[in-house]
Amino acid sequence: MNNDLLFDFTVDKAAQKVFITREFDAGLDLVWDAFTKQEILDQWAAPAPMRSKTQYMNFEVGGRRFYAMISPDGQERWLLQKYTSITPKTNFQLYNSFADKDENPELPGSEWDYNFSEQDGITTVNISIYNESLERMERLTDGFTKGMMLMLKNLDDLFAALSKKS
Amino acid sequence: MKQDLFQAIADPTRRAILTLIAIKALTPNAMAEKFDMTRQAVSKHIKVLHECELIKPEHSGREIYYHFNAKKMQELDNWLAQFRQSWETQFNQLDKVLSTIKQQKI
Repeated sequence: MNNDLLFDFTVDKAAQKVFITREFDAGLDLVWDAFTKQEILDQWAAPAPMRSKTQYMNFEVGGRRFYAMISPDGQERWLLQKYTSITPKTNFQLYNSFADKDENPELPGSEWDYNFSEQDGITTVNISIYNESLERMERLTDGFTKGMMLMLKNLDDLFAALSKKS
Repeated sequence: MKQDLFQAIADPTRRAILTLIAIKALTPNAMAEKFDMTRQAVSKHIKVLHECELIKPEHSGREIYYHFNAKKMQELDNWLAQFRQSWETQFNQLDKVLSTIKQQKI
């Protein structure tokens, strides 16, 4: 894997914004698909050991993606994304919020802005996330952290079991 | 209601107050003087900052001095580091997905 790919993560606390930049060793068409097609999104868009499961996705302005982040113990955290603007292969924007399993959003959510550009076969993706509330934002990683803790606990149990055997 | 940390630090006056008391604890009166504000206006900002634990009061005789609570700011930074980590993990996963798709196309 190419380790020279740029990854930049900055936070503007005053503006309540997070900026993320990442390069990918792939052409624009493919990277665009990876961010806008549910069958590809579900393969990567949740940090392991969490996984993403898209219930439905209509990638069009006004369309929505309703999906769950599923933790290793099977707990589902539902999210609803509404596409507010799409400029093919260049930019799309969405409004992200947590939701219950019946698609009722929990407001306020956050505004996401994705930009794509390609140079010499490397595609750069810029993401900016505006959050009205930090507490809402904190919950974004909550599931992730819990998932990690659980995995570590499983490992502890495994080590304990193994050491008993020896 | 508990104040949101992000909203607390989004205000320029509150950021200025934090910057100032990070150097030296101040009484509300001293803050009002430094920022040329009314006591009421300062009290409002203090309330917000105190509720989200960015500042801590300390009584000294009749006066209350407000200190900067660096621990709370550290909590925010720790959390942001986790958020960063979760993105890094996802993007590394995407690298693998992209390379798999590219190979299938060849």
